[in-house]
Amino acid sequence: MTAASRFAIVGARVIDPDSGLDGERTVVVDAGRIVALETPGPLSADLPVVEARGQWLLPGFVDLHVHLREPGEEHKETIATGARSGAAGGFTTLVAMPNTKPVIDTAALVQFVLKKSAEAGYARVLPSAAITRGQKGESLAEFVELAEAGAVCFTDDGRPVANAGVMRRALEYSLLVGKPVMVHEEEPALSGGCMHEGDVSVRLGLKGIPGAAEDVMVHRDIALARLTGAHLHVAHISTAESVRAVREARARGIHVTAEATPHHFALTHEAVRGYDTHAKMSPPLREEEDRLAVLEGLADGTIDAIATDHAPHAVVDKEVDFDHAANGIVGLETALSLTLEAVRSGALPLHRALAALTSAPAGLFGLPYGRIAVGAAADLVLVDPAREWTFDVRRSYSKSRNSPFDGRRFTGQVMRTFVDGRQVHAVEG
Amino acid sequence: MTAFRRKHLLGLEGLTRPELQHLLDTALSMRELLRQDVKKSSALRGRAVINLFFENSTRTRMSFEVAAKVLSADAYNVSASGSSAQKGETLVDTARNLDAMRPDIIVVRHWASGAAEMVARHTRAAVVNAGDGQHEHPTQGLLDALTLTERLGSLEGRRITIVGDVLHSRVARSNAFALSTLGAHVTFCGPPTLLPPSLAQLGVRLTHSLREAVSDADAVMMLRIQNERMDGAFLPGAREYSRTFGLGLRQMEWLRPDAVVLHPGPVNRGVELSPEVADGPRAVILPQVENGVAVRMAVLSLLAGHDPAQAAQEVA
Repeated sequence: MTAASRFAIVGARVIDPDSGLDGERTVVVDAGRIVALETPGPLSADLPVVEARGQWLLPGFVDLHVHLREPGEEHKETIATGARSGAAGGFTTLVAMPNTKPVIDTAALVQFVLKKSAEAGYARVLPSAAITRGQKGESLAEFVELAEAGAVCFTDDGRPVANAGVMRRALEYSLLVGKPVMVHEEEPALSGGCMHEGDVSVRLGLKGIPGAAEDVMVHRDIALARLTGAHLHVAHISTAESVRAVREARARGIHVTAEATPHHFALTHEAVRGYDTHAKMSPPLREEEDRLAVLEGLADGTIDAIATDHAPHAVVDKEVDFDHAANGIVGLETALSLTLEAVRSGALPLHRALAALTSAPAGLFGLPYGRIAVGAAADLVLVDPAREWTFDVRRSYSKSRNSPFDGRRFTGQVMRTFVDGRQVHAVEG
Repeated sequence: MTAFRRKHLLGLEGLTRPELQHLLDTALSMRELLRQDVKKSSALRGRAVINLFFENSTRTRMSFEVAAKVLSADAYNVSASGSSAQKGETLVDTARNLDAMRPDIIVVRHWASGAAEMVARHTRAAVVNAGDGQHEHPTQGLLDALTLTERLGSLEGRRITIVGDVLHSRVARSNAFALSTLGAHVTFCGPPTLLPPSLAQLGVRLTHSLREAVSDADAVMMLRIQNERMDGAFLPGAREYSRTFGLGLRQMEWLRPDAVVLHPGPVNRGVELSPEVADGPRAVILPQVENGVAVRMAVLSLLAGHDPAQAAQEVA
């Protein structure tokens, strides 16, 4: 029935954060687009039907920050497996980070990502490109050609742009293409540790990275965004001080936006006790005060988007001592459930949370996705908000298994995902 | 009777006072054995102990080896220098492979904090942490506690000061846990770059003044300061460190006359301790070494399920 190009989804509570729509509607899809939003009642035409009573119908989620490892580290993930994992998590659009091997810093590599994405046919994968050639932090990549080839933003993610002069020129030059510059904020001279510096690092004897390593770079780059007028996007914001700085900068009209990961609002550095390398990420899990500040920033819109920083790693990269373990976790299949946990805790209003997964990130990057409206792409997710399930990482669609949420009980699950009207995921059984 | 029933000895954090006391009592009886002409017990005959050392350490490795051999265990030394990750074998792989050789006890020394705990999660053998990065060095903490109880009697209410690079010291952490649990008041002293305020969560007093730290102490433990800390990043240099935090004859006058001086070794003579103090009558550095063997005998014995106190009771 869902193989049909024209069908209707009936009975669901349709929530579209962009328009504020929240109520039962029949959504009619034709040739990959939403062609009608009808009030409940008899169907105006004879159509194949997806029955969705008791479920929410949401715009497909947009993740501005994933690592799909292709080209170069296909043993960890490929564009196809990452896009499949995204579909299972309700994501219909993924922005792939360029820190692959080789780094995405030429038009040919941008086109390679788009081609692999089209072949895979799951979540749509959009490439980002490096700020500097080879992400070496020295000379600017060819923004114009990269943008023409399809790069949606520029980032050296995985590492900071250490040189303030290079950062200034990158922001200035980005005005030529009108794309955001996404930054991994970490002052190298204050870094070098393997977890957040605080009570837990002192107790475990692990070298810490102070929150100030992020704060000083956020303050620096806000000053540079002010100087240049360019769009600065702060990736995976993790400290209370950074959130405050972004809030103040926005109030002053500086073009700064931000995203936060589910793990930074679901976990703190306490998760590192026991030396669980699945709790090792960059930026590191911070303190309760920071976790709450991230939630507050998401709630008041200081932080626009929820992004997973999906970072698959092979077992051998995590089964080593904590100092040498790789940074990051897979995140696509747990993002919605962790977000709903935050909503249920009262920290995050539902509509804001859903906007942070859909229309807000799409808007930041100027993408025509993340909304349910007549004429829009039929990127849709059906969620059963009451369904209880247990995340079993061995059954993940990702190639990798590095998650601290393995075995966690959740309420609320993605049931089906549609990209351009095609069903790309359905819960079995 | 109180017994020590843990599977591993990964750290002294969380050990109860009866557990610590039992370890120390057992060590005392082991020291008697060590002092006999015939230093041999058949307690661990047929048991295999692997000393897995990822970090160079003559003294600690030797101490564990002597301890195992006096108890008739078969001791195997594995020096895995360099990083397991660099060699392509993960620490977990190493643990699983050694485990397949059916050792009873694996003694692990590793430069990474948490390494012993990781090995313990992937083996059936009992694991002894012989020092993991900057985390814990439980047998060192025990041998210091044993040395101190011998000199001071009960540690209840005693004041013990630990001076130096506390931030990077597994010895300081293990001592803080053991000594506080045994009732002592512990003070950490060092420069602010090596003494972050969050160390106070260990239940210790923090001070940057050596004079203040040592003047009311019953014992002062001087930590080894690594040369790499004195390259200008943490400290301006050895000279200033020695002047500010070193213990020489002049500073010894600040100590109470009966206070003793400990050092986990090896001593940087002329930096944290002047030679006169290191070799002087107040230093108990060599007794620490002897107690080290006794403590390790006690740990190996108890983890192998052989409790001499229980055995004696059964005979009686």
